[in-house]
Amino acid sequence: MAAFLDVQNLTKTFGTTTVVKEVSFAFDKGEFISLLGPSGCGKTTILRMIAGFETPTSGSILVDGQDITTLKPNQRQLGMVFQAYALFPNLNVGDNIGFGLKIAGMPAEERRARVDEMLKLIGLPGFERRYPYEMSGGQQQRVALARAIAPRPRMLLLDEPLSALDAKIRVSLREEIRAIQLDLGITTVFVTHDQEEALSISDRIVVMNSGSIEQLGAPHEVYNKPATRFVATFVGHLNTIEATVVDAATGLVDIDGQTVTVPTLPATASAGAPVSLTLRPEVLSVGAREGNDITLTGTIADVTFLGSVIRLRIALGRNTLSLDTFNDQRTAPPSRGEPVTISLASKDLLVL
Amino acid sequence: MKPNKFWSWLVFGLGAAYFIIPLVATFMFSLSMRRGYYSFDSYASVFSDPRFQATFGYSAVIGLFSIVVGILVVVPAVYFVRLRLPWLRPAVEFITLMPLIIPAIVLVYGYIRLYNSSSIIPFTGSALGTDILLTCAYVTLALPYMYRAVDTGMRTIDIQTLTEAAQIAGANTAQIIGRIILPNILVAVLSGAFLTFAIVIGEFTIASLLNRPAFGPYLQNIGANRAYEPAALAIISFIITWGAMGMINVLGRFAPRTSARTD
Amino acid sequence: MTDTTAGQRTRRRLSFEWLGVAPFIIFAVLFLMLPTLYLVGAAFIGRDGQFTLENIAGLFTDQIIAAYWISIRISGASAILGALVGLAIALAIIRGRLPEGLRAAVMTFSGVASNFAGVPLAFAFISTLGRLGLVTVILKFIGIDLYKSGFNLLSFWGLTLTYLYFQIPLMILIIAPAVDGLKKEWSEAAAILGASPWQFWRYVGLPILWPSFLGTLSLLFANAFGAIATAYALTGSSLNIVPILLYAQIRGDALQNPGLGAALALGMILITATANIIYLVISARAERWMK
Repeated sequence: MAAFLDVQNLTKTFGTTTVVKEVSFAFDKGEFISLLGPSGCGKTTILRMIAGFETPTSGSILVDGQDITTLKPNQRQLGMVFQAYALFPNLNVGDNIGFGLKIAGMPAEERRARVDEMLKLIGLPGFERRYPYEMSGGQQQRVALARAIAPRPRMLLLDEPLSALDAKIRVSLREEIRAIQLDLGITTVFVTHDQEEALSISDRIVVMNSGSIEQLGAPHEVYNKPATRFVATFVGHLNTIEATVVDAATGLVDIDGQTVTVPTLPATASAGAPVSLTLRPEVLSVGAREGNDITLTGTIADVTFLGSVIRLRIALGRNTLSLDTFNDQRTAPPSRGEPVTISLASKDLLVL
Repeated sequence: MKPNKFWSWLVFGLGAAYFIIPLVATFMFSLSMRRGYYSFDSYASVFSDPRFQATFGYSAVIGLFSIVVGILVVVPAVYFVRLRLPWLRPAVEFITLMPLIIPAIVLVYGYIRLYNSSSIIPFTGSALGTDILLTCAYVTLALPYMYRAVDTGMRTIDIQTLTEAAQIAGANTAQIIGRIILPNILVAVLSGAFLTFAIVIGEFTIASLLNRPAFGPYLQNIGANRAYEPAALAIISFIITWGAMGMINVLGRFAPRTSARTD
Repeated sequence: MTDTTAGQRTRRRLSFEWLGVAPFIIFAVLFLMLPTLYLVGAAFIGRDGQFTLENIAGLFTDQIIAAYWISIRISGASAILGALVGLAIALAIIRGRLPEGLRAAVMTFSGVASNFAGVPLAFAFISTLGRLGLVTVILKFIGIDLYKSGFNLLSFWGLTLTYLYFQIPLMILIIAPAVDGLKKEWSEAAAILGASPWQFWRYVGLPILWPSFLGTLSLLFANAFGAIATAYALTGSSLNIVPILLYAQIRGDALQNPGLGAALALGMILITATANIIYLVISARAERWMK
């Protein structure tokens, strides 16, 4: 089966700076895709090229087999939700949602029925006579979503739709967006700089950095098997241990005076050379744990109480590690200065 | 997207032609006093006219007084309305819009009838009184502009915080306005001042009906009696207006933007 | 702190606030309200000091009605044309993808031109389109005789054309912030929903600008309606418009009837006020969607 959204060698240059470099990806119908990356990485520019607001310098964009690269935005039959809602302030909710239908020439009766259906879908029935200014940010963004999907577009584009909202609403609305997307089976491209958002909502994630794709994969692949150091640091928290190679052949390394064995070392490593080991905070355990073959001792440097989780900073010497433990209400949290033993499985170490 | 740009250029071009041609034509006309070649004779004739110097000087002085009175009337009002009496704001805004709705000629007619020599406040009974009345009339005329300039200036600085900070430091209200608020809105106040000057300097209706020897009536008189000098005077007036507006633009670059950046 | 001292402090500060606002209020009463109210009253008082409608009735002569009518037409034409052209230029420089510097230049020029009214403006147009004006002469040279083809600077269209010189820039200055307020996302949202640029303006852009447009229109109308210096310098007293009529009345050149003068002034106030009331009513309906 041919890909539903097929982006080929897309490049965009503004003046002398290239913001998108030879980007290619292909997705199937019904997938929820996130473009994830820091600001300025080119993710928004890609979305705007798909929408037709920017013209690619080179490359092409195909939707459902049709080359839309040079089509005007109003000929593409796409839906889009903007960061700042972008509801038409002079139209009430009903007219906003019905705007695309009206442009398409749908009869008023049918239009009203579709608007009602949309309002039910977003959980705001009876809101059609309200004006945008009378509603909260979360409600406005739901209306914007309804407006985008009312004309049954081929694809839905979401440009950081949650970043203007409060933290709580952000989480509930993203779950709602995902539910609606699954319900309608609409192919969706979601742009965000928030890794948690991307991980929680997507079928697949495109991690971008300075105009290029760093990794493309399902959320668990991107998180568990980061392809590059950038992905590893950008997606999730990461501990970095600076160690020294003792014996390259057996994988023996020295971490602040403690010698441990690691499964793989870079081919270039030789005795005495520095090496960086990285690991996620959640793979570390306090004390021994079944399956953990590396044990280290250190001192608790800091304790951060985060509610269900307690984050410890553990000093080993020149290295300090972050470690998350669950908050066990029956025992007092550890205190600063206590000596501590930690363990991990050597297979969880990422040697980058 | 190309047609969009074409229409923009067309609109801009036609507009530019409408605004520039009269200026060029007037300038050429002002140079044509001597037959056969261009000269600045009309300008020489204007500048050497003692009445030009006298009326221009008179209007400039009245303009300066109007600016001072305007600042004294507007700045404290805007300050206290913004800070302590926000419910007065709609009324104050309405008042400042009135001079844009009531024609100047109606206002001056009211002054003449109301403040004649036999009234309680006989402004028009003496030359000095009439000068004061003319100044007040000009302050009224410039009120919408002065108010808006000062109001914008106070909006861009956070007067609430500045006032509280000054109070904590022990300043009284006069010190707060004079030493803290005024310096911070100086650029806005000066903008209002130059705008006032631009409005006042060539004003005809009020000066003429109050019979004061101002620049506006002088211009009108020259226009009725001479051929080339009016063109020269139009150019001179345009340059004065341009100067006043140019000053506002230059000053705008020095405007404090402390709290404006945060929003 | 006890209640009494708090009360005293509040009272003292209150009086200080009023002291600051007092000059403004006194000024507004002395130089805006009293003169206006006095004239309104005087319009209904006869020579004998008694209430009368004679002054108002006196307005209904052919000459005065004609003066009001031509004033309304000139103000209306210059306001509507000024607003339309001003809006077009504002749209062109703000949303027309023209070079950046152009916008600043146009705004600065508008600040100057909107204040370049009165007598000097009349001089400029006489030098340009008067019988001996440069453009008139040049056009004649290439075979177009403006004045033979019916144009006259001292006529309705001549005066309207002159007024546009300050009406258009005023419109640009006032409408520019409103045009700036049109978010780029609105036109993008409309486009992605299938709307053509024209449909965006029809359903979103122009409806959003409409209240500001109307407000400025009524301001331009009042601006032209009360203007006298330009017209007087251009035409002397040959053009029969209301402000010139009132000017002549005040100077004692004609009519010689203070009651009628007050009635003339009242008529002017009523017309400019009506323009603003019409604006307020229409914009209140058009602004339902605003805060």
